[in-house]
Amino acid sequence: MSFSTMLAAMGEGMLRTCAIFFLTLLFSLPLGMVVMFLRRSKIRVVREVTKIYIAIMRGTPLMLQLLMWYFSPYYLFGLSIRGYRFPAIIIGFAMNYAAYFAEIFRGGIEAIPQGQYEAAEVLGYSKTQTFFKIILPQVIKTILPSVTNEVITLVKDTSLAFTLAYNEMFSLAKQIAASQTSFVPFVVAGVFYFVANYVVAFVMERIEKALDYYR
Amino acid sequence: MILQMKNIQKSFGELEVLKDISLEVDSGEVVSIIGPSGSGKSTLLRCATFLERVNAGEIRYMDKAAVTTNAQGEAVYVGHKELADVKRYFGLVFQQFNLFPHYSVLKNIMDAPIHVQKRNKDEVHEEAMALLKKMDLEQRANAYPCQLSGGQQQRVAIARALALKPSILFFDEPTSALDPELTGEVLKVIRQLAEEKMTMVVVTHEMPFARAVSNRVIFMDKGVIVEQGDPEEVFGNPTQERTKQFLRHYQR
Ligand SMILES: Nc1ncnc2c1ncn2[C@@H]1O[C@H](COP(=O)(O)OP(=O)(O)OP(=O)(O)O)[C@@H](O)[C@H]1O
Ligand SMILES: [Mg+2]
Repeated sequence: MSFSTMLAAMGEGMLRTCAIFFLTLLFSLPLGMVVMFLRRSKIRVVREVTKIYIAIMRGTPLMLQLLMWYFSPYYLFGLSIRGYRFPAIIIGFAMNYAAYFAEIFRGGIEAIPQGQYEAAEVLGYSKTQTFFKIILPQVIKTILPSVTNEVITLVKDTSLAFTLAYNEMFSLAKQIAASQTSFVPFVVAGVFYFVANYVVAFVMERIEKALDYYR
Repeated sequence: MILQMKNIQKSFGELEVLKDISLEVDSGEVVSIIGPSGSGKSTLLRCATFLERVNAGEIRYMDKAAVTTNAQGEAVYVGHKELADVKRYFGLVFQQFNLFPHYSVLKNIMDAPIHVQKRNKDEVHEEAMALLKKMDLEQRANAYPCQLSGGQQQRVAIARALALKPSILFFDEPTSALDPELTGEVLKVIRQLAEEKMTMVVVTHEMPFARAVSNRVIFMDKGVIVEQGDPEEVFGNPTQERTKQFLRHYQR
């Protein structure tokens, strides 16, 4: 197998890895916001249940969670899980990352001084206006470094999809490496993750810079 | 009558912070509230501006009831919409300024008139620039709060409150967070507003300022109004022992 054929074979895996990455962000960021609101709910039961959810998501291996999401419809309800592989991966990743993002968002929200809410209230802003115009922009600025960390971890975590025998880039690298008895696919995989994270760090730094105009 | 507070009671748990306080403010009046730490001055302003809920009593702005007391002696607030209407009558300037750090000076001032009061943008811009000029800050319209001194930030906060054209403006120790050399510029602005007959209630520890600027001084202690009246009377010839004690402390 020539190097270019190998790259072509792995290229498809890279696309799948990217799909996992972007879909996870797409779902877990808003979901994390929802979980954060539930975690801060005035209703105690809601708060406690959300705490347990977060504890489970953060306290058990993502690999195990993926297996659980994939196989539980079959073992619990006897449902067919054919064609469910990719959705299970996205659900597993999104639910897991939502828990982490929720805690990051919560930290950001709680760092906003009470005076900001009071000033907005006296000026007549509605609750929605206060959140979207006054609070959220400041939260985004404070949480950006932690979000960057999470996103970088996500790039590397996509390789966990191999648990469900999904042919993303890392699984392909392993297969090709085994069949060709070559070390090269691993190097290619390493370079891929490194470059992807370099791009992530670069983009996030740009955003941080753009928000540097105030303290 | 711009503001009418009657028999206000406010407790935090077991702690009674306001005990049956009544306060009326007429148009054009400047009222100073003085008193020792913990006497309930901030709580009174926070109740007047609905940042805290009173336990009992009545609050009216421009003869519109915002809070009444029912037969069981509990405070009843009017509905959300009516309360929002009443809120337009007052503004509040905080000790810690509480400017929005991510908005420029100009946006801090213009945003609420445009997005809360839905007023015309050009008109609001013109008024905001006039306010900045009055605060001697026209040069800093595009600066961000973090680039300003405390005194400048507080003047922006005053402009922000005035931009909504309140009928009465409350100040909670507007100069207490400032370095001593910066208090003058803020007090000067308040003095100027007093000359223009802006109705104001100012909680302050600046006794000479309170004496010079206000039409009426209120001395509060332990949740009650101990003494009130003409500043010359209260400062020059207080009748209550507690007032004398408090003022003696300040004359040193
Ligand atoms: N949110 C709150 N919860 C519990 N107690 C409170 C709260 N706010 C104020 N208090 C208490 O109420 C009393 C009056 O406080 P307040 O802030 O009104 O006093 P103040 O006259 O403004 O004092 P200062 O001159 O120090 O600002 C104090 O004993 C304070 O500890
Ligand atoms: Mg106070």
